[in-house]
Amino acid sequence: MTEPLVSVDGLVRTYRMRAGMFGRSRDVRAVDGVTFGINRGETLGLVGESGSGKSTTGRLVLGLENPDAGSVAFHGRPLPATDTSEWRASRARMQMIFQDPLGALDRRLPIAAQVREPLDIHNVEDEEFRTARVAELMRSVRLSDDIGQRYPHELSGGQRQRAVLARALATKPDFLVCDEPVSALDVSIQAQVVNLLIDLQAALNLTMLFISHDLRVVRQISQRVAVMYLGRVVELGNADDLFVSPQHPYTKALVSASPAPGARRTERIVLSGDPPNPAAKPGGCAFHPRCPSAFARCRTAAPALVEVAPDRSVACHLTGVESHAATALGAVA
Amino acid sequence: MADVSLPESTAARRTISWPKIPPLVAIAVLWVVAMLVVAILAEAIAPYGVTKMDLRNRLSAPGNAAHWLGTDELGRDVLTRLIFSIRISLLIAFGATAISAIIGTLLGFLAAHFRGLAEQAVLMLADFQASMPFLILALAVLAFFGSSLPLLIGLMGFYGWERYARIARGLAISATGQGYASAIRQLGAAPSRVYLRHILPNIASTLIISMTLVFPEVILLESGLSFLGLGVQPPMTSLGNMVGYGREYIGSAPWIMLTPAAIITLTTLAVSLIGDWLRDKLDPTLA
Repeated sequence: MTEPLVSVDGLVRTYRMRAGMFGRSRDVRAVDGVTFGINRGETLGLVGESGSGKSTTGRLVLGLENPDAGSVAFHGRPLPATDTSEWRASRARMQMIFQDPLGALDRRLPIAAQVREPLDIHNVEDEEFRTARVAELMRSVRLSDDIGQRYPHELSGGQRQRAVLARALATKPDFLVCDEPVSALDVSIQAQVVNLLIDLQAALNLTMLFISHDLRVVRQISQRVAVMYLGRVVELGNADDLFVSPQHPYTKALVSASPAPGARRTERIVLSGDPPNPAAKPGGCAFHPRCPSAFARCRTAAPALVEVAPDRSVACHLTGVESHAATALGAVA
Repeated sequence: MADVSLPESTAARRTISWPKIPPLVAIAVLWVVAMLVVAILAEAIAPYGVTKMDLRNRLSAPGNAAHWLGTDELGRDVLTRLIFSIRISLLIAFGATAISAIIGTLLGFLAAHFRGLAEQAVLMLADFQASMPFLILALAVLAFFGSSLPLLIGLMGFYGWERYARIARGLAISATGQGYASAIRQLGAAPSRVYLRHILPNIASTLIISMTLVFPEVILLESGLSFLGLGVQPPMTSLGNMVGYGREYIGSAPWIMLTPAAIITLTTLAVSLIGDWLRDKLDPTLA
């Protein structure tokens, strides 16, 4: 296997939080030892509920924040430190798509000026080239030329997100982090933007990290999927396999809760207990208070992410046991 | 897709349409332009020399052929003195407003960008400035260094900077919290580009409003200092200076004081009107 374009190793990000004016400050581990790699031309979906650290992971992978521990390598080289001039130069190769396109656009500048901005920042070619490139970008995201003269508030949600996409693609980046890019759009527009992303990825050989809580969208766009729970990756694997046969109890619950049209409903796993609070993480496996099949060991030891099958890693004591048993059985047979 | 087929004519029309200027704003603009022209061409249009005395026509009422706006107690032509006063007062007011806006905004941006110690230092200076009556500060400086026009402009330039600093800091911090500033940052833009090209235009409306508030205050402050004898020194004259000295004759020759007072009122009103209109114009979402 060739080296992944982006490899993330043991990322940790801790925030200090203070309860009240005189409360003691407390460390919140938003991201707690995340490791994965993304191959060139591949989309890795990152799913999990609010507060699971998906967005923080995305920001760390892009180097928008410095991790407290761990490292991110891009093209085999570690990322330069945030806000240095090398870091700024590296932005031409990696870009981000935001959840709220209206917020991500400057409301005082017409769209064309904003799409052109990365070219101006990174001093790409000359005036003529930039103007031509803007027209090309607008076409590639299926926006008509006259939209370039308009202001962000005059556009629809889908048009705005496509404008943001055009801006992100201006410098021909290799890597795109999409942080919930369609969750603020309605369903028909979602499909439009997702299909555009898929087409562009194929055309430009883009590598993407697609962050979402919407399993249908993730399944549609991703080749591989990582499931996060309270700052840790609990399951990582091929998108189709993972959704068909989830191994981790949390993934099972997630998949069973996601509606699928036409399919006969299997029984739905309803998680009990409190939704996760990253500031008060339970000991052992973070999922054990809500896990239907937790046992004694889950309360004391956190399971590591281990490869249980080719291209499938799970962090659960149960699957570890099962797979150990399976390999033991295999050895006997 | 529907938006592909839109005709290009909408774009063309948009660029041609000229912004409509309300009549009141047009009058205000004309007034300020007229004041600027008067200030620039003072020597050419003033009928007399600024210190020229006509002792036979002392305290003559406005409306006579030799002195349209009358004369003061030394027989100096009020119109001439008014013209030169406008020059000095506008110089001080525009100069000081510009200086304080630039200093304040710059310090506010520095505070917002570096946070931590730099921010604390700027806020402490702002609090210090706000808690100290500016007139006392100005009196102390002028008493030590004597009064000269550059010093006066520089000193006035420190008036009101803390408001810009606070506004710029607060708005810049909230802008970096919002999407657009962080989006531009992650495009690889240097902080100077983020602040000057994106955050500054976005907060300009608020800054312009506070400039139109500071402008009249600077004129009034200068008037106050001149009245106390520490501002513009005779034989140089300013609007405040004229009001100050004309006050003694308010009963017998009110025109000495009323004409510069009217100019102060009209100019500050015009600046406020223009600022208000400009704020709306600068915001494309209100267009």
